[in-house]
Amino acid sequence: MTGFETTSLEESDFELRLHEQFDDTIARDQRIEPRDWMPDGYRRTLIRQIAQHAHSEIIGMQPEGEWITRAPSLRRKAILFAKVQDEAGHGLYLYSAAETLGADRADLTQRLIDGRQKYSSIFNYPTPTFADVGVIAWLVDGAAICNQVPLCRSSFGPYARAMVRVCKEESFHQRQGYELLSTMMRGTDHQRATVQDAVDRWWWPSLMMFGPPDGDSPNSEQSMAWRIKRHTNDELRQRFVDMTVPQAAALGVTLPDPELRWNEERGRHDFGTPDWSELHRVITGDGPCNTERVARRRAAHEDGAWVREAASAHAATQAARAREGAAA
Amino acid sequence: MTDATPRTSAQWPLYEVFVRGKRGLNHVHVGSLHAADERMALTHARDLYTRRNEGVSIWVVRSDLITASTPDERDPFFAPSGDKVYRHPTFYDIPADVPHI
Repeated sequence: MTGFETTSLEESDFELRLHEQFDDTIARDQRIEPRDWMPDGYRRTLIRQIAQHAHSEIIGMQPEGEWITRAPSLRRKAILFAKVQDEAGHGLYLYSAAETLGADRADLTQRLIDGRQKYSSIFNYPTPTFADVGVIAWLVDGAAICNQVPLCRSSFGPYARAMVRVCKEESFHQRQGYELLSTMMRGTDHQRATVQDAVDRWWWPSLMMFGPPDGDSPNSEQSMAWRIKRHTNDELRQRFVDMTVPQAAALGVTLPDPELRWNEERGRHDFGTPDWSELHRVITGDGPCNTERVARRRAAHEDGAWVREAASAHAATQAARAREGAAA
Repeated sequence: MTDATPRTSAQWPLYEVFVRGKRGLNHVHVGSLHAADERMALTHARDLYTRRNEGVSIWVVRSDLITASTPDERDPFFAPSGDKVYRHPTFYDIPADVPHI
């Protein structure tokens, strides 16, 4: 009995020292790597955040992907194809990062298509016109860049490194969208009206991408202390508004917020409050396209089963032949 | 219980991917991916990690074949190099007026 007690005491001492080392690494602003000791909460929070981020990239292929076959020119089609392929790539970088924490890839996919893990609510809105493709790239990817640039310094090494890759590619996404919109704004009155309509629909959901206001974001404080997150939701939202206003002016569109104005004193823009009840509705499953998005992802996964099986069978045959060849 | 659909495939093994950015550089670890075999791992690595000419050569190796030291920086494993300052050029005093050394 005494032996057991001593052991558990020593173990908790050991655990305490590991925890101190972990805190010390964070305090020195160094990165935590996959095989380092880390608190369970840190691991759980990261797996949840990275998985949601990965799912968002994968589901995010759908709203724009719908326009690949209907793009107005070969040039726009090639660009859109490359962009949607990048989104798949971003999802895979992120799944790879989640796996370094012990998450299982097949399990993550299953959780997404069973509706047990979330993705960004922004992808539950429809894309009825080609201007939506441009506005998503400008506003939605613009907001994503605001969120992701600070994540390049996130305390978890693989997540930060994945973000560096993602951010490099996002810049192409945003610029091609802005160029697309500029082209439409130089077109007919109807084209200009189509762009303005898309801006009107996407502006508020884009602001909601930064999450609930700081007072209503229970996990933020801990994530900031762990340096998983570097800025609060409201800080990032403000940054996005300040960045976007001059871009909207240059484009010649109006942002649909009567309260939006420059505040000389603060040196920043004042802006209205998003409809948080709408964010809540869309997050909890009642957005315009929630059911469709998950059903589509499930169908893609299940319809692809025979390809995965065939590849496994082929790999097994090749391996067996190689063994026979070696034995002969 | 939630797994109503039949299990479609055994999980493909995980491969670590290393890319040589250009001639003259080492291969550098860039991430991982799942594939049914080595050949598929290579083509997936090409599609995933070199979409913008980021590489001229790729290595893939199954993650479970990698042998690694423990993650602890203070591991005595690295102790042998800790107390050998004489292995560094700055250990030696050379008069300031001696050129090219």
